Amino acid sequence: MLRYVALKTGRAAFVVWAAFTLTFVLLFVLPANPVDLLFDPTELNTVPPEVREQVADNYGFNKPVLLQYADRLGHALTGDFGSSVQSGRPVASAILDVLPETLLLSAGALVLAVLAAVGIALVATSTRRAWVRNVVEALPSGAVSVPVFLSGILILQVFSFKLGWFPAFGDDGPRSIVLPLITLAIPVAGPIAQLLVRSFATEFHSGYVTTSWAKGATRGGIILRDVLRNASLPALTIAGITFGNLIAGSVITETVFARKGIGRLTQNAINTLDVPLVQGIVVFVAVSFALINLFVDLIYPLLDPRMRAVVEAQK
Amino acid sequence: MTHDPLLRITDLAIDYPAGRRRWTPAVRGVSLHVEPGELVALVGESGSGKTTLVQGALGLLPPVARRRSGSIAYSGVEVTGWNDKRMARVRGNYVGFIPQDPNTSLNPTKRIGHQVIEAVRFNAPRPGTAADYRAAALESLRTAGLQDAERVFQQFPHELSGGMKQRALIAIALAGHPKIIVADEPTSALDVTVQKVILDHLAGLRERLGIGILLVTHDLGVALERADRILVMRAGEIVEHGPVRQILDQPTDDYTRRLLAASPAQHHGRLRDNTSATGLVALEARALSKSYKHVHALKTADLVVRKGTTHAIVGESGAGKSTLAGILAGFTTADSGTVHVGATELTALNRRELRTIRRDLQFVFQNPYTSLDPRFTVRRLVEEPLRAFGVPIEGRAAELLKAVALDESYLNRLPGQLSGGQRQRVAIARALALNPGILVLDEAVSALDVSVQAQILQLLVDLQAESGLSYVFVTHDLGVVRLIADDVTVMKDGAVVETGPVEEVFHAPQHDYTRRLLDAIPGRDLRSTR
Repeated sequence: MLRYVALKTGRAAFVVWAAFTLTFVLLFVLPANPVDLLFDPTELNTVPPEVREQVADNYGFNKPVLLQYADRLGHALTGDFGSSVQSGRPVASAILDVLPETLLLSAGALVLAVLAAVGIALVATSTRRAWVRNVVEALPSGAVSVPVFLSGILILQVFSFKLGWFPAFGDDGPRSIVLPLITLAIPVAGPIAQLLVRSFATEFHSGYVTTSWAKGATRGGIILRDVLRNASLPALTIAGITFGNLIAGSVITETVFARKGIGRLTQNAINTLDVPLVQGIVVFVAVSFALINLFVDLIYPLLDPRMRAVVEAQK
Repeated sequence: MTHDPLLRITDLAIDYPAGRRRWTPAVRGVSLHVEPGELVALVGESGSGKTTLVQGALGLLPPVARRRSGSIAYSGVEVTGWNDKRMARVRGNYVGFIPQDPNTSLNPTKRIGHQVIEAVRFNAPRPGTAADYRAAALESLRTAGLQDAERVFQQFPHELSGGMKQRALIAIALAGHPKIIVADEPTSALDVTVQKVILDHLAGLRERLGIGILLVTHDLGVALERADRILVMRAGEIVEHGPVRQILDQPTDDYTRRLLAASPAQHHGRLRDNTSATGLVALEARALSKSYKHVHALKTADLVVRKGTTHAIVGESGAGKSTLAGILAGFTTADSGTVHVGATELTALNRRELRTIRRDLQFVFQNPYTSLDPRFTVRRLVEEPLRAFGVPIEGRAAELLKAVALDESYLNRLPGQLSGGQRQRVAIARALALNPGILVLDEAVSALDVSVQAQILQLLVDLQAESGLSYVFVTHDLGVVRLIADDVTVMKDGAVVETGPVEEVFHAPQHDYTRRLLDAIPGRDLRSTR
């Protein structure tokens, strides 16, 4: 058991370290002159050489690469990613400032997506009408194939401009989060629903379901008591991986709906070539990704007794 | 007063869709009945429609299937066409079901106790307390022959052996106190010794509880030994029915006669006397050992295969037979010990030398449904080893097919267009392509129906007589051993418990385990009384 936890934790730590190292190489080593990245491209030619020299010194660009790396890694371990070039604020606090908004949005979207996916799978499995099943099973691929910016604008058009039910943008009050939530949940729900529909169908025709029929169980009872849990297990892993979709989706959603958040922050940081901020965000996303998947790995054995046996066997 | 049988199926016909508005009949006008305290066996090979019939009886047909005609009645109550909700009151309550594969028939994420309690709760005449349900479930587990019911109650399916899982499923079937039990191949996924125990137990339950049993099986031996009456099913029809003695002594249908003839238990000795045996050693293994993590799969096993003979390796699952076969064929490396092929030490060869010796040492896999690439034509499959070794292929494919009794018209077919027996013939043709001296056959006939199995075994002994091949024949079925083998090695828990000529081992088994295995062969006693 302990070995399993150690193994999974080690893997998570490795992912974060790799993300840090990769961004370091991409942002600080590969560019011919990293100092250039620190200035606004349009004003680059007007910057006097002394200033550039001083900035390079401040950022440690004159030191050997390995030393720079060790220095930045050391600071990063204490949560210090330097300061944003644009605002001059520490990267960590810039991220933490907008974190709650994004956390609320993405957690909410994930919950909504999972609910929608389970709903679709339940309807597809429990209906006796073939056409209902066909319609419902087509929904996930539809959800995946519509890009977020398009569905976002569509939803805005209908519910905000036409019907006026919800505000079009901004982040004040619970009503303002409804549309972004739905927009973000749609593409996330797609893959989860696809997987769930398939695994519900597989489990529904498995041997133990026949046993339950023979016991005298009813259709609804079988789906709830037997199929739901066994079919949901693989979706748990997918939900963890889907976190990547959430981040990518939140960049667009927050831009379309003009909300504060990590997504907007990322977009701004990239637009203005705010290198320390970009690195901070990448590492932050990597940490969240690793944590979520670590969490999934750790609770999986609790939900599946077979996994528990495997984990306990490797002492 | 007329008395109704527990189950009466009258003229039942079930179709499956075969395309647009076309239907293939799976069951054509079958009638049968089961009386209280009676064990009726329904015997048929794969595709005979026996499973469809059972599904029809339980109202568990897949939605695409269509009942064309006929009726199903339990104790005179017509249930034909009842919906799921009404059938739910019949299932479990009136008719219990024991499924084929215990390994997939229990919910892997629920404790056994919980699963039995559900069966009790669904079928309780009036709502009870949790303690009542628990007591009833424990009682049911004990009736199913699980002495340690309290412990099993707390366990998950993966913590139980196949035999114990099947007992748990019997407990589930009994939990609703049904009047009749339908068992669909209840022991075909189990080892012979376990099969014997389970069947003994079912027979005992019938006497003790006075229930009727409909036993569906592909194994005529099991049916002959256990049933009161037998129904033989073929291509959706009952071709013969009657009491066991009558079927055994005066079979009227041709198919029944063929089944009887194909049943390994009906044969006294080898299918064909061995004329190719020599005193030379073809393959010799010394003190082979192999462990996987903490499991000793093989413990210092020895084996000698004489040239031109068949050496059978028998044992139950987990005995180490497949590990041994894998090492003999050079697929798996042993932790210690040696294998000699003629004068060459197989275990000392590097990869390239091993490849060369593969020309002389070929392998036939258990399942012809997975061992042939579904996208290759028969010609390409058979020619593949020839190409790999750069051997001229002109005309070889047709020659090889002829050797396995298939004509040239099969050359351009795909495996999907062949039956199981034909596929295994192709697999054997492929193994023979390089003219090997030794064939290692790992459960090569286990996945096949008895009548097909008999043909393949005949083919193997004929090939041996013609070209002096040596076989290593791995099997769990002792009945087959007598038909084909000259020598036999009995394995248990990774160790060889007994080895010697077949006649000796079968007539005077030295080891207790060998005796138990021999006793467990279904239909063994019937042969001697015939």
